Amino acid sequence: MNQLEFVTLINPIKDKLFRIAKRLLISTEEAEDATQEVLLKLWNKKNGLNEYKSVEALAVMITKNYCLDQLKAKRSQNISLVHSNYSSNSPTLDKQMEDKDSLEWVNKIINRLPEQQRLIVQMREIENCEFEEIAIALDMQETAVRVALSRARKTIREAMLKMNTYDN
Amino acid sequence: MTTNYIEVLLEKYFDGETSLQEEQELKTYFMSKDVAQHLKIYQPLFGYYTKAKEDSFTKKVTLNSGKVYKKVGLSIAASIVFAASFYLFIKEEKPANTSKTLASSEYGTFNNPEEAFKETQKALALISTNVNKGVSSVSYIEHYEQSKNLIFKKQ
Repeated sequence: MNQLEFVTLINPIKDKLFRIAKRLLISTEEAEDATQEVLLKLWNKKNGLNEYKSVEALAVMITKNYCLDQLKAKRSQNISLVHSNYSSNSPTLDKQMEDKDSLEWVNKIINRLPEQQRLIVQMREIENCEFEEIAIALDMQETAVRVALSRARKTIREAMLKMNTYDN
Repeated sequence: MTTNYIEVLLEKYFDGETSLQEEQELKTYFMSKDVAQHLKIYQPLFGYYTKAKEDSFTKKVTLNSGKVYKKVGLSIAASIVFAASFYLFIKEEKPANTSKTLASSEYGTFNNPEEAFKETQKALALISTNVNKGVSSVSYIEHYEQSKNLIFKKQ
C-alpha cells in the first residue's frame, strides 16, 4: 500500500477518529496528538491492513485503546475543555449565546458519563454507527451496547431536565 | 410529522430501540422551527449531535515523520563522534610512543654489576629507613597497651 492509497483510505475516517479521541480525552490538543499517533500506528501496519474486514473498526479500536491508555497514564491532570465555536441559525445575538450555551451544556453532560457510555454515545449519536459496528469496535455484545446506550440517553435526559428546572 | 409520532419515537429512543433512520427523523424534527413547546428541552440535545459532527481534524500529519528522521540523525551524530574520537586517538598515540621510550632509558640500566649492586643497596636502604620511620611511630601503641592493662584487669 503506498501513501496515496493510504491517504484515500484514511481521509474519510480521520475526523471521526479525532472526535472519538476528543470525546475521551476532552482536550482538543490531546485529541490531535492521539489521532496523529493512531494514524502513524495504522501507517506502520499498512501492509497488513487489507487483511482486516473493516479498517474503520480497527482504527476506532486502536483509538479507543490509545486514549484509554493515555487517560490511565495521567488520570489526575485532565486539561479542561476548549471552547468550540458553534454557529447558530437564530438571528439575534442573545439567542445565539443562549444556544451556544445549551449546546455546550449537552457536551458537558455527555463528558460526565463513564468512558464506555461516552464512546457509545459518540459513535451512535454523532457518528451514526450501526449497533453492529459499535459492538465490533468496542468488543461488546450488541445487546450490551443497546443497554448502555439507553442508560446513557436516560442519564443525559435527566441531567437536561434538571438543568431546565434550574433555569426557570 | 405529528407530535404524537415524535413522542412515540422519543420513547423508543430512550429505550435504545430506534433505528438510525428514526434517529435521523428525530434530528430533523428538532432542527425544524415548529417544535412542540413541551419537547423544546430536547432541542439542544439533537442540535448538539448534529453540530458535533462538524468538528474535524485539521492537524497536518507527516506520515514518515519523527522516528525515521530521528534514527538518521542519531546515526550521523554517532558516526561523527566515532570519527572524531578515532582521530583524537591517533593523534594522542604518536607522542605517547616517544615518551615511553624516553622513560625506559631513565630507569637506569647498568652494564657494570658492581655499580648495579651499589645502586640496589642504596635503593633498599632508602626503603628500609622509610619503613623504620613507620615502625617507630607504631611503638607508641605499647604505652597505650600498658595503661589499658592497668585499668582493665585480666579476669
